[in-house]
Amino acid sequence: MESHSVTLDVRRLVGRFSLRSTSHVGRVSYLLLEMARAVPEWRIWMPRMFEQASNVGYGSLFIVGLTAGFAGAVTSLQAGYQFTGSIPVYFAAGVIVESIILELGPVLTALVLAGRIGARYAAELGTMRVTEQIDALESLGRSSVSHLVLPRVIAGTLMLPVLVVFADLVGIGAGWVAAKGSLEMTNADFTYGAQYFFKTWDLWYSMIKAFAFGLAITIVPCYMGFSTQQGAEGVGRSTTAAVVSASVLILFLDAALAKVLLKT
Amino acid sequence: MIELKHISKRFGDLVVLDGVDFEVRQGETVALLGPSGVGKSVLLKHINGLIHPDAGEVWVDRMKVGALKRKELSRLRSRIGYVFQNGALFDSLTVFDNIQLGITDEAASEDEVYCRDRVRQCLDHVNLPPETAHKYPAELSGGMRKRVGIARAIAGQPTYLLWDEPTSGLDPVNADIIDSLVEKLDDELGVTSVVVTHDVRGAFRVADRIALLRDGRIRAMGTPAELRASTDPAVQQFLERDLTIPVAH
Ligand SMILES: Nc1ncnc2c1ncn2[C@@H]1O[C@H](COP(=O)(O)OP(=O)(O)OP(=O)(O)O)[C@@H](O)[C@H]1O
Ligand SMILES: [Mg+2]
Repeated sequence: MESHSVTLDVRRLVGRFSLRSTSHVGRVSYLLLEMARAVPEWRIWMPRMFEQASNVGYGSLFIVGLTAGFAGAVTSLQAGYQFTGSIPVYFAAGVIVESIILELGPVLTALVLAGRIGARYAAELGTMRVTEQIDALESLGRSSVSHLVLPRVIAGTLMLPVLVVFADLVGIGAGWVAAKGSLEMTNADFTYGAQYFFKTWDLWYSMIKAFAFGLAITIVPCYMGFSTQQGAEGVGRSTTAAVVSASVLILFLDAALAKVLLKT
Repeated sequence: MIELKHISKRFGDLVVLDGVDFEVRQGETVALLGPSGVGKSVLLKHINGLIHPDAGEVWVDRMKVGALKRKELSRLRSRIGYVFQNGALFDSLTVFDNIQLGITDEAASEDEVYCRDRVRQCLDHVNLPPETAHKYPAELSGGMRKRVGIARAIAGQPTYLLWDEPTSGLDPVNADIIDSLVEKLDDELGVTSVVVTHDVRGAFRVADRIALLRDGRIRAMGTPAELRASTDPAVQQFLERDLTIPVAH
């Protein structure tokens, strides 16, 4: 009897979970469709997009630079710790530069921004939902997607690659300084090592990742904000859910893109 | 013309509307009365498609609201002004921008001079001074917010107006001004209105017909005189309290 009810419960749980995820998938697809339809209404989303973009861009410079700087310096110190003995010192430079461009720059920037703008988007739209501001917009015959979602998604998706380039530069700079200080690496060693391993494709790869992460950290929070229910607590819930699911999605996309694009 | 045909709506286990039939003729003002929580706001939101019925059909201007395409729905909505019960102002925008968003005609909304005049005009309609335009909703009192919501709803010169308790929370003078505005829009511009209200006296003043929503259905609907003459105890109970005072004179 006991085990019977437990299996039933598990089945019900699985059922509810899959029902809920299919309804999420359905509603996200619907949102994507609405976004595609709203693209021609550029007169509405474009000005709002620039507003959002400058906010995302300038507002994030400090935290992105700080994260990338520390990541670069620490990578450099750890490379120095690992690469001892017979391995030529310029190898360390290659490792530093490559790990920043391929992985640390895009992923750390995206994770930081998932917290910074993802939370913000979800909270803004969630509050607008529970205070009926989204209904009010719709009641005026205006599309909430072109007024609210599209500007945010496009701004975030365009700014993320820019911020990743910035993070790469800061990270490599910090790594370089740290390498010179702790590994007794010369400038010549560093540039030689960096160029020896570098391929142009790496930059493309970094940008493709940034672009995909940009979509993830904007669309997921906008969706979560839009489907907010039940007051202040609901806004809190969607904000947390937005940051967590955007972060998980970043890690998942990171693995998937590495598998697909690097053909390893 | 607004027609609700056998609308049913439930939220989870809670049945809010259970086969509502409701009709508003062109140019008419109908007041919708009913106890708190009975589903008046839910009914109103069905008319412009903010809520979809579980069963039944909503027709506005001989268009079936549920079957409209995106563009058509947005065009229809831009002709239906909606006054939200709690204002629902865009709190990150000034009063001016709020009302400007209410100017739904695209060409007009890009004409700066027109917008400025229209915003001032709408503020005047709801008895707010022009300086209010530069304030943010958070800087206004509850009653002022409500009136800005009304100004936003009428800014686009809609042919239909759905008022969700426009006078609740207002002092008698301003409530009177809003009632006059409802009458004026009705008489001068031929606007078709549905007014949800708890103010029975105001309802009797502005409405051509009055409807009572009760237990998920329209319990009674008719002209003020018909309703006053009704023998239905539910109707009488609802009208009694507010009407005995003025009638006693
Ligand atoms: N989005 C929603 N989700 C769940 N329940 C809802 C929702 N909207 C309304 N309800 C429920 O439907 C019922 C009717 O609500 P509604 O807001 O229409 O009442 P009302 O008649 O406008 O009351 P009042 O006069 O107090 O404004 C209430 O019991 C409310 O709890
Ligand atoms: Mg209500």
